[in-house]
Amino acid sequence: MIAVAVGVYVIGIAFTFYWSFTSSKLFPNNNLVGLDQYRRLWSSDRWLVAVNNIWIYGVLLIVFSLVFGYLLAVFMDQRIRQEAVLRSIFLYPFAMSLIVTGLIWQWMLDPNLGIEQTLHGWGWTSFHFSPLVDPETAIYGLVIAGIWQGSGVTMAILLAGLRGVDSEIWKAARVDGIPTWRVYLFIALPMIRGALATAFVLQCVGVVRVYDLIVAMTGGGPGIATQMPAVYVIQMISSSQNVGQGMAAATMMLLPILVVLAFGGLAMWRRRRRAAMGATP
Amino acid sequence: MSAGDMTLTDTEAEARWGTQPGGVKPRRFSPARLGIYGFLVISALFFLIPLYVMIVTSLKTMPEIRLGHLFSLPGEVTFQPWVDAWLNACTGRDCNGLHPGFLNSLKITIPSVVVSIIIASINGYALSFWRYKGANLFFGLLVFGAFVPYQVVIYPLIIAAREAGLYSTLAAIVIVHTIFGMPILTLLFRNYYASVPIELFKAGRVDGAGFWQIFFRIMVPMSVPITTVAVILQVTGIWNDFLFGVVFAGRSNWPMTVQLNNIVNTTTGVREYNVNMAATILTAAVPLAVYFISGRWFVRGIAAGAVKG
Amino acid sequence: MASVSIKKLGVSFGSLNVLRDLDLEVDQGEFIVLLGPSGCGKSTLLNAVAGLLDVDAGQVWIGGKNVTWEEPKDRGIGMVFQSYALYPRMTAEGNLTFGLRVARMPKDEIARRVDRTADLLQIKPLLGRRPAELSGGQRQRVAIGRALVRDVDVFLFDEPLSNLDAKLRTELRVELKKLHNQLNSTMIYVTHDQIEALTLADRIAVMHGGVIQQLAAPKEIYRRPVNRFVAGFVGSPAMNFLEGTLTIVDGAPAIRIGDVTTGLAGYDFAAAPVEGRAVVLGIRPEQIVLADAAAAPSQVPIDIHLIDPMGADSLLWGTVGSDTVSVRIGPDDEYTVGDTVAGHFHPDQASVFDAGTGVRL
Repeated sequence: MIAVAVGVYVIGIAFTFYWSFTSSKLFPNNNLVGLDQYRRLWSSDRWLVAVNNIWIYGVLLIVFSLVFGYLLAVFMDQRIRQEAVLRSIFLYPFAMSLIVTGLIWQWMLDPNLGIEQTLHGWGWTSFHFSPLVDPETAIYGLVIAGIWQGSGVTMAILLAGLRGVDSEIWKAARVDGIPTWRVYLFIALPMIRGALATAFVLQCVGVVRVYDLIVAMTGGGPGIATQMPAVYVIQMISSSQNVGQGMAAATMMLLPILVVLAFGGLAMWRRRRRAAMGATP
Repeated sequence: MSAGDMTLTDTEAEARWGTQPGGVKPRRFSPARLGIYGFLVISALFFLIPLYVMIVTSLKTMPEIRLGHLFSLPGEVTFQPWVDAWLNACTGRDCNGLHPGFLNSLKITIPSVVVSIIIASINGYALSFWRYKGANLFFGLLVFGAFVPYQVVIYPLIIAAREAGLYSTLAAIVIVHTIFGMPILTLLFRNYYASVPIELFKAGRVDGAGFWQIFFRIMVPMSVPITTVAVILQVTGIWNDFLFGVVFAGRSNWPMTVQLNNIVNTTTGVREYNVNMAATILTAAVPLAVYFISGRWFVRGIAAGAVKG
Repeated sequence: MASVSIKKLGVSFGSLNVLRDLDLEVDQGEFIVLLGPSGCGKSTLLNAVAGLLDVDAGQVWIGGKNVTWEEPKDRGIGMVFQSYALYPRMTAEGNLTFGLRVARMPKDEIARRVDRTADLLQIKPLLGRRPAELSGGQRQRVAIGRALVRDVDVFLFDEPLSNLDAKLRTELRVELKKLHNQLNSTMIYVTHDQIEALTLADRIAVMHGGVIQQLAAPKEIYRRPVNRFVAGFVGSPAMNFLEGTLTIVDGAPAIRIGDVTTGLAGYDFAAAPVEGRAVVLGIRPEQIVLADAAAAPSQVPIDIHLIDPMGADSLLWGTVGSDTVSVRIGPDDEYTVGDTVAGHFHPDQASVFDAGTGVRL
C-alpha cells in the first residue's frame, strides 16, 4: 500500500520529466525534441512573468507573514485577556478555501465596491487603493490576501514554540535584567528555530502551490500580470493543449523543491556529523 | 504521548511568569499594555473586517449595495440572496445554485477522508514499528512527496485515470485525494506511533499478538487524538480543494468550491454581489464549523501537517 | 521449570557489536541479575532471550529447546518492562488477559488464571481500572501480573523498578523476592542498581562492553571481583584503588605505595607475585580500620581531607600518596581534618589488580 502511494509520485515525476522532452500537444506522444520545450519555456513572456511573480509573491508573503506572525505571537504571549478568542480570529481564514479567500479580497479591493469606494463615500475622495486593476500592482493584492490567510497559522505555530521555551530561561533573563524585547529577539527567537522552520516550510509549500487564489482573485490578469508557474502548467495542459510545454514547466517547479530539500538534508547531515564529532572529541 | 505537543495552555504561561502577587502581575493601564492591546485589536480588525463585510453585504439588497456603503449594516435585512445562492444562482445556463456542489463535496469528502486515514494509519504503523528493508527509503520519499507541487504529477495522473476509465468520476477524485493526502497523513501517524513506547509493542509481541492484532487491539484504541487531528486536516483540506475537483471530478461531480468560483466569476449577467457573498459564506461554512468546533486540535493538525519529520 | 542457556550469542546494530560471543547458563529456578552501566548490552541480551530482536550469531535455548528463531509468544516467557507498557485503552483485567484471548484460551481457564494471579499480587480491586487510574506501584503490579498470568517458567524483567520512587522500589523488591520463592521459576532480571542486584540475585552477571565480566553469587562478586571494572562498579561508596608496585620483603609479598611499603601476607595470589610489577590495590571503605591496630596487619598513612556524616555512619575522605580514599567510620568517631592517620587492613580481604590489564592477581 505504501509502495503504491510512493510509487505514484516516483512514476508520475518520471513521466512528467519524460514528456517534457517530447513535442506532446493535446495528448502525450513519444516524439523526442530534446531541450526544445525548455528553450521555448524560457523565451515565453508568460513564463518569465510567472517566475518573476512567484519570487515577488513568495519573498513578500513569507517575510511579512513571519514578521507579522511573530509580532502577533509575542503580543499574544503577554498574558492578555481573551487569548482564545483572539487566536480564533487570527486563525480562522486558514480554515477557509483559497477560492473563498480570493473572492473575498477580490471584492475588498474592487474599486467600485470595496475599501476604496467606501472611503470615497466617507468623503476621502483622494484615497486610492485598488491594486488589482493595475498590472504593476496586482501581485501585491495577492500578497495581502495571502497574508490575511496565512499569518494566523504562523502566529499559532510560533506561539506554541514560545510556550515551549523553558520557563527558567525567562526567569534567568528577568534576574539578569534583560529587557523583554531583547529576550524575544535574541534569546527566544533562536530557541524556537524548530517552530520557525515549520512555519517557513508551511509558507514555502503554500507559495509554490499557489493556484486557487490566482484563479479566484485575478484569473492571472490583468493581462498576464499575475501569472504563476502553477497556473501556467494547468493552462498548458488544458486550454493551450501544449502538454510538452506544461511538463517542462512542471519539471522546473520541482527544481526549487529539490534545492530546498537538498539544503535540508545537508543541514541534517552536518548536525549529525557535528554530534558524532562531539561525542568523540 | 501525543504527536506534536503544540498545546497552548494557560498553566504554561503561568509557569513562566510566576504566580506570586505583585511584581509580575500586569499593571492594568500602563502605556505598554495599551499598546499591546491596541496592536492586537487592530490586527483582529484586519482579520475580521472581510468576514463582516461579507455577512452584511449578503443580507443587503442590490440597490443598497450599489450605494457603496460597504461597512454599514443592512438598512433592510433580506435573506433572499442566501436562498438564491443555495437554489437559484447561475453558472452559465445552469441555475441550480450551490446545493448540488454541497452534495458533491459531501460525496467526495467523506469517502476520501475515511479511505486516506485508514491507509495512512496502517502505513504509519508499519513504518514506525515494523522495521523492514527500505523503510528509510520509503520514509524519505514520503517526505519528498509532501513537498512536491501537485502540478508536477497531475498530468500523468490524468492520463492514468483516463486509461483506467475513471476520468471524471467520483472514484477518480477520491483516489486522487487519497494519494495526495498520503505523505502528510502517513508522516502524521508515523510520528504519533513513534512516540508510543516501543515496550508496548514488545509487550504485545510477548503476548503473542501479530501485526494486525497489535494494530487493531492496541494501537487503534490509542489513536483517537491523532485520528481527530487527521480528520480535521483532511476534511478541511479536501472540502477546500479546487484544483483536483475541477480537473478530476468531472462536471457532474464538481465540488462546492468549483461551483462557487463558476457562479462568482461567471461573465454573463449582472453581478449579484449579495448572492455571491452568501454563496461564498456557504462554501466556507463546513470548514469554519470544523474549525470552531475543533478549536485547539486544529492548530495541532496544522503544526503536525507541516512535516515535523 | 525451565533452564535458559545462551550459546555464543552475537547481536549487532549496523556496524556496532552490542553482544559478542556471549555464553550464559541459567539454571532452573535460578534468579539471575544482569547488572551493568547503560549501554553494556544487558537489555539487548534480555530482548534476545525474549525474541524481540534478531540475533546475528549463536543460539538461545529455553527449557532444553532451541528457540533462537521462535516467536516471543512461543518461548514460554513472561516479560515485565521498565515503563510497565500497559495497554492504555484496556482495563487492568484486559491487560492481564490480552495474551490469553489472543491465544483463544477458554473463558473459564482465563478467569481461573486471572483470579489466581490477582490474589497472588493483591490486585483484585484494581482489575476494572484503566492504567491511567492506577498509581506507579499498582501499574507495575499489573504488569507483573500480565507476565504471571501466562503461566510460564521463565520471567524476564527489564529494569522493572527504575520508574518507582525509592520507598516503593524497596517494597516491591521484597515482594519480588517472595514471589520468586513462591513460584520458584527461572528469572532473568536486568538492572543498573547494584542494591537490587545484591539483594535479589542467586547469581549476578556483571556486564560491560557487551561481555559478561563476572558471573557469580553476590557475595563472591562483592568480595572477590575478577577485575577492576567489577570492583569499581559494585559497592557504594566505590572501592578504593591505590597504585603501587609489588615487592618481596623478607620472602613475603608486599606493596610499595609512594614511599610507604606495607605487607600483603595472607593475600591469595592466583600466581606467584612478581617483584616490580605495577599493580592496583583495592580496598573497600569498610575494610580500612583506623583504630584497633592490632587486628589488622597492614597499614597505609591517610591524610584526612573531609568527614561526611551519613547518619548510620560517616565517611572519611583522604589521600594516600596521590590516590583518594574513603573510609567508613563510626558516626561519633572524632578525627581532625589535616591530620594523618594510619589505615589498617587485612590483605586477605583486599584485591590486587594488574595495573595494565585490570585483572585480579
